[in-house]
Amino acid sequence: MDITFNHVSYIYQANTPFAHKAIDDLSFHIPSGSFTAVVGHTGSGKSTLIQHLNGLIRPSDGEVSIGDYRLTNNAKPADMKELRSRVGVVFQYPEHQLFEETVKKDIAFGPENFGVASEEIDKRISRITADVGLNEEQLERSPFDLSGGQMRRVAIAGVLAVQPEVLVLDEPTAGLDPRGQHEMMEMFHNLHEQQRLTTILVTHSMEDAVRYADHVIILNNGTKYMEGKPEDVLSRKEALQRVQLDVPEMVQFLDAFEKKFGKKIPFRRQSAAAIASEIRDRLREGDRYE
Amino acid sequence: MNNGLIIGQYVPGESLVHRLDPRTKITVIFFFVFIVFLANSVVSYSVLTLFALASTFTTRIPIYYILKGLTPVWFLIVFTFILHLIVTNEGNVLINIIGFKIYSGGVIQGFAISMRFFLLILVTSLLTLTTTPIEITDAIEDMLHPLKKVRFPVHELALMMSISLRFIPTLMQETDKISKAQASRGVDFRTGPLKERIKAVVPLLVPLFVSAFKRAEELAMAMEARGYQGGEGRSKLRELKLEKRDFIIFALFIAVVITLFATRNY
Ligand SMILES: Nc1ncnc2c1ncn2[C@@H]1O[C@H](COP(=O)(O)OP(=O)(O)O)[C@@H](O)[C@H]1O
Ligand SMILES: [Mg+2]
Repeated sequence: MDITFNHVSYIYQANTPFAHKAIDDLSFHIPSGSFTAVVGHTGSGKSTLIQHLNGLIRPSDGEVSIGDYRLTNNAKPADMKELRSRVGVVFQYPEHQLFEETVKKDIAFGPENFGVASEEIDKRISRITADVGLNEEQLERSPFDLSGGQMRRVAIAGVLAVQPEVLVLDEPTAGLDPRGQHEMMEMFHNLHEQQRLTTILVTHSMEDAVRYADHVIILNNGTKYMEGKPEDVLSRKEALQRVQLDVPEMVQFLDAFEKKFGKKIPFRRQSAAAIASEIRDRLREGDRYE
Repeated sequence: MNNGLIIGQYVPGESLVHRLDPRTKITVIFFFVFIVFLANSVVSYSVLTLFALASTFTTRIPIYYILKGLTPVWFLIVFTFILHLIVTNEGNVLINIIGFKIYSGGVIQGFAISMRFFLLILVTSLLTLTTTPIEITDAIEDMLHPLKKVRFPVHELALMMSISLRFIPTLMQETDKISKAQASRGVDFRTGPLKERIKAVVPLLVPLFVSAFKRAEELAMAMEARGYQGGEGRSKLRELKLEKRDFIIFALFIAVVITLFATRNY
C-alpha cells in the first residue's frame, strides 16, 4: 500500500499548557513495496509519525493516507480493525506487550483478534517461529521465563503472524547483542523481499539504513530534514552532523581515504569487499585513469 | 487515551502562588475549606469568591485550563443546584408549572450551596496546580512531624506517598504505550459487548503489573545501593523555609477570615 503524508502536524495534549507539537507540517510519499528508513535524533518525532500509520493517533492537521484509508483530524476509516490487520507495527521494546501464559498463545493473540482460522494460525506459527529464531520447545513455555532477546522475538512473531502488508518497525534491534541485531535485520530484509512487504524501519543505525533501505527520510524536530536515496542522503556528512547524526562507517572510510590519497571513490552503497577491490584495482593500475 | 491529562496536574510556573511555601498553601487551604461553610450572606460569599478568584489569577495559569480541569465536577455543581431547586419549599413561589413549584428560597439555597462547592474545588485544585507532588509530600512530612512522638511512621508514609506520586506519570505513559501496542494487535477497548471489553483489559493489566513489579524491584535495589536506611539521621536536599511572603499571605488570610466574620448575616 502507498503511504502519503500531506502537511501533517501532530500536537500532544493540545489545548493545555502542556501542548507540544511533535510533528510539524510533514509531507512525504512512500511507494508500495519500498523499504524506507526513518532516521532522526531522539525526540525528533519518529515514534509519533509511525503511530499514524495504523490509526493509533490521527493528525491534528493535514492528511495521512495508507492505501485507500484516509486519516484526518475528524475522519477515520470505517474499519479501523482492517487497517490494523494490514499494517503491522512492532513498537520500541515490544517485549513489554507480552501477557499470555505461553509463547504460542501470545503469538496467536493478534491473528485470533483479526479472525484468522485456528489451523491457519498453527501453520503460520510453525513457520514464523523458525523465521524469528525460536524453537518449537519454547512455544509451550511462559514468555516471562525467556531471556530479553527471546521475548523480543516472541513479540515480533506476534506481529508477523498477522501477515500484514505494511510492516512498521520502531527501533526493532535496540538493546540486542550485535549478533542478534544482525540476524534480526536479515530476517526483516528477507521477509520484505519474499512477501513483497512495504517496510518502514525507524532506526538509529546508519549502517542498517544504508544496507537495507532504498529510501531514507531524516527527521529533525518534527520536520523533514532530508529525503532521498540512501547513497545521496547518507553521504552528506556536514548536513547530517548539524542534526547530531553520523554518516555510515563506509562513508567515513571513503572520506578518510580521499583525504589521505587525494583520490575520490564515490559512495554507491558498496560492500566493504567491493571497496577493497576498487582500491586494489586503482593501486594496480597506478591510477592511470585518474 | 486523553493524551495523559490529569485534573489538577502541576503546571510549572514562577508566580507568587507557585513560590509560596507548600505548608503555607496547605494551611490556608485547610482553613479555607472550613470557613467556606461559615458564609451565609451575599457579602460574605463575595468576600470568599474574591479571595478565591484573586488567588486563581495570581497563579497566572490560563483560566480556560483550570475550568476545563473542573469539567467532571461541573456536573455535580449543576446537579446540586437543581436538587435544591426541587426540594426546597421556602420563600415565595417563583414559577408554577402544573403544580410543580419553584420557590425563591430554592434558588438562593441552590446558588449558595453550588457556590460553596465550586469555591472548595477551585481552591483545592490550586494547591495541586501550583505545587509539585514532592513539595506536597515534604510539607506533609514536616507538618505531621509531631506524630513521630507517638511512633507514627511519618517518614515512611511520606516516602510511600512520594514514590507513588513519582510513578503516576510513568504508569500512565506505560498504560498508553501498552494499550496502543495491544490495539495494534486487534484489541478493541472502546466498542463491543461489555464482556468482550472486560476481557480486553487482561492484555493491558498483565504487562502493567509485570512492569510495575520490575520497577519496584529495581527501585528498591537502587535505593539500597545508595545506602538508604530510612528516616533516622537523614539530611534533606530541599529544606522548607518560611519567607516574608508566607507571613504576608498568612496575614492577608487572617484579614479575610475577620472580614468574613464581620460580614456574616449582611
Ligand atoms: N505521550 C506524549 N505526550 C506528550 N509528549 C510526547 C508524548 N510522546 C512523545 N512526546 C514528545 O514528542 C516528541 C517526539 O517524540 P517521539 O515521537 O517519541 O520521538 P522519537 O521516537 O523520535 O524519539 C518528543 O519531544 C516527546 O517528548
Ligand atoms: Mg521513539
